[in-house]
Amino acid sequence: MIRVLFAACLALAAALPASAVEIREVTSPGGIKAWLVEEHSIPFTALELRFKGGTSLDQPGKRGATILMMGLLEEGAGDLDSQGFAEARDALAAQFSFDARDDAVSISARMLSENRGEAVALLKSALTEPRFDDDAVARVKAQVVSIIQSDEKDPNTIAARSFDGLAFGDHPYGTSRNGTIDSMTALTRDDLIAAHAGVLARDRVYVSAVGDITEAELGALLDDLLGGLPETGAPMPPRTELGLTGGVTVIDFASPQSVVTFGHAGIKRDDPDFFTAYVLNQILGAGGFGSRLMDEVREKRGLTYGIYTYLAPMDLAETWQGGFSSANEKVAEAIEVVRAEWARMVADGVTEAELEAAKTYLTGSYPLRFDGNGPIADILVGMQIEELPTSYVNDRNAYIEAVTLDDIRRVAARLLKPEDLRFVVVGRPVGLEASN
Amino acid sequence: MFHILCPAILAALTALPALAEEVTTFTLPNDLEVVVIEDHRAPVVVQMVWYRAGAADEKPGVSGIAHYLEHLMFKGTDTLAPGEFSRTVEDNGGSDNAFTSWDYTGYFQRIAADRLELVMRMEADRMRNLKLTEDDWQTEREVIIEERNQRTDSDPGAIFGEQRRAAQYLNHPYGTPIIGWRQEMEQLTRQDALDWYQRYYAPNNAILVVAGDVTPEQVRQLAETYYGPLEPSEGIAVRKRPQEPPQLAERRLTYSDPRVSQPYVTRSYLAPERDPGDQTKAAALTILADLLGGDGQTSVLARKLQFDRKLAIYTSAHYDGTSYDDTTFNLVVVPAEGVSLDEAEKAMDEVLAEFLETGVDPAAFARVKTRIHAAMIYAQDDVGGLARRYGEALTTGLTVADVQAWPDVLDAVTEADVIAAATEIFDRRRAVTGWTMRAGEEEVMQ
Repeated sequence: MIRVLFAACLALAAALPASAVEIREVTSPGGIKAWLVEEHSIPFTALELRFKGGTSLDQPGKRGATILMMGLLEEGAGDLDSQGFAEARDALAAQFSFDARDDAVSISARMLSENRGEAVALLKSALTEPRFDDDAVARVKAQVVSIIQSDEKDPNTIAARSFDGLAFGDHPYGTSRNGTIDSMTALTRDDLIAAHAGVLARDRVYVSAVGDITEAELGALLDDLLGGLPETGAPMPPRTELGLTGGVTVIDFASPQSVVTFGHAGIKRDDPDFFTAYVLNQILGAGGFGSRLMDEVREKRGLTYGIYTYLAPMDLAETWQGGFSSANEKVAEAIEVVRAEWARMVADGVTEAELEAAKTYLTGSYPLRFDGNGPIADILVGMQIEELPTSYVNDRNAYIEAVTLDDIRRVAARLLKPEDLRFVVVGRPVGLEASN
Repeated sequence: MFHILCPAILAALTALPALAEEVTTFTLPNDLEVVVIEDHRAPVVVQMVWYRAGAADEKPGVSGIAHYLEHLMFKGTDTLAPGEFSRTVEDNGGSDNAFTSWDYTGYFQRIAADRLELVMRMEADRMRNLKLTEDDWQTEREVIIEERNQRTDSDPGAIFGEQRRAAQYLNHPYGTPIIGWRQEMEQLTRQDALDWYQRYYAPNNAILVVAGDVTPEQVRQLAETYYGPLEPSEGIAVRKRPQEPPQLAERRLTYSDPRVSQPYVTRSYLAPERDPGDQTKAAALTILADLLGGDGQTSVLARKLQFDRKLAIYTSAHYDGTSYDDTTFNLVVVPAEGVSLDEAEKAMDEVLAEFLETGVDPAAFARVKTRIHAAMIYAQDDVGGLARRYGEALTTGLTVADVQAWPDVLDAVTEADVIAAATEIFDRRRAVTGWTMRAGEEEVMQ
């Protein structure tokens, strides 16, 4: 029965022209805004909810409260205990995931059309009436503590944490979202209730839905799902000044290979030079094969398996970061190559050919991101958080195309500072001195 | 709920193939098999070429050569300079990569649908016309050694996993790591790579999977143009690897490392794989893994060890039957603070024994079946994932019919099938038990 139904749907889909996604801004009867793409060829809907603020809303001394709270939403709600909730979810074949990041927490749901109403009711209970039962709290806490312990011995995490500490100090960005073993262990049920009230509020929620759902259906769904949440939540945390200085930090770690995290100040997402920096980063280190760093460090010298850079325009601070791993004997040379490439970019800019190649890649790959209901829902909610209009999906490539060689040169001089690069090296590097 | 050890290990049932996708298959005169999966929702296409050659096909002494050649495939041909393949894909907005397993090596590009011809021309070119210069192969050997440093030698879990696997397979080359043993990787040569390439990289040893906004007729025309003229290899025969002898002695391994922070117990049992036309036992084992350890809240192991007895903070069971030869059924128990590995292992064995005795909970069994149906629907949303399933199946000895029958085979599994399969494989003589420990806090294994 189910199979016959699918075949029919697919035949219908095949008859449709392959065109760009059509995004509609909708407002529920209760006033909740959302972006919708109707896609009726597969009988399910991807729903993406994001609440701005994220783990940076952890209160002083309560580090880890937000991530623990999010981890407990699926561990018992309303009449259902942890296992009862999981059984109900599986009986509906719904998929929920709960995530907590620095700037936002997110809830991703995939729900079958045949039982969407029941799936929404279940998700609503997780959002609005989580139980935070003592045994569930203890169990999930123990999981997080185990992760904290593992992180303490993982060279990649050690490097990232150390870099964040140097960059952001006491700001939440400067420490692990999981908190410390002490802060995690000390969290109480009241802390979770407070985190829930502070984080999951209607004044900071962004919503997208993609799939087998109409505007009217989505409006009713949102009022039902989110209507019971408080109107306002905790005040947003303040911006932070970057505390990074140039130099090398070495953290001793017994391993044949050194893990390196490096970076300096970055650029805001709404800065007029953002797209130029984005294209520049593509040429410098984001492009995988074909980027300068991959070419110089891996392809020409065999110093690493992979090296990358990225812009991190977070809500409350901006960095330009990168990372790689090299054998202890090779890592000093690799760091020199990175510094030299930073300097070469400032001195010489990029070539016409490099710029064209980066533009073709960035403009050509953009539409490829829109290749499923889940991925599209994710992109749309991200656009809303960045305060972009729906028309951005059509205009974005024009911003890339507008970048000139002069722009690149100017922005490289403005932002790339070889002497400001801080390298955090975790391993037993040979011939590499910690500078301060 | 947080995944402690293996975030990559999801419930086995999410890896189900869907039945409803529009699939067309044909074979070119040079024996290249072609699979086309249509999805016209977005103007995107994925091309994958899969070779029936993986690490388990290597001769003794050159471990890692399958994976090394995979790297060298990006080094150019008569008409493409080193690195030009990937650069051209990126210049056209696409992305490309490759992967090596024990049973296959695969290459893929994801690109706008109107650029399919470009990537097909290049992929066909490197199937037979690879060129390796002196510089290229030596530098790339450094890269794969760095890859081993990064993936294996920097990770105590990976190091011990390699050792356990070597102990699991007494004779079959599945016991050798894909990346290779370091001392053999360091000795790999250009000639080793070329020997491998010339033997295995040919249309009659490959499967082309094209998925996305494309019609079978378009694919057929392009494939005939670009892959059609390629000469088949004469060195291709049905793969016959050394098989396992009867496994009669339980193997128990311990490993401690200063980088380990969380001790845990693993158990792997030798287990049958999906065979063409004979997937019933593998289907039963797939459902068994889901019942025992597929869900962090409701699985048997989670219920008994995490919720009821509070002896563990994480448990899982994993089985992937898509394998050319015998595979493994894996269990993991991460003990709670203050619980010894010995206690954790004993508790795990008690749960298995109790499960065999009391049988399958009908409600849990019904939920698994529901998820099978849902997985078919959700799988439609990821055409790249569907392409991988076909490529993986066809390079591990299965047919398109087997892939398409799989959901029905799963659906037909009974509770008695699950218990029978469990009874058969849960034999400690065919198992490897591993204790991963903190340095300085070693326990003595019984």
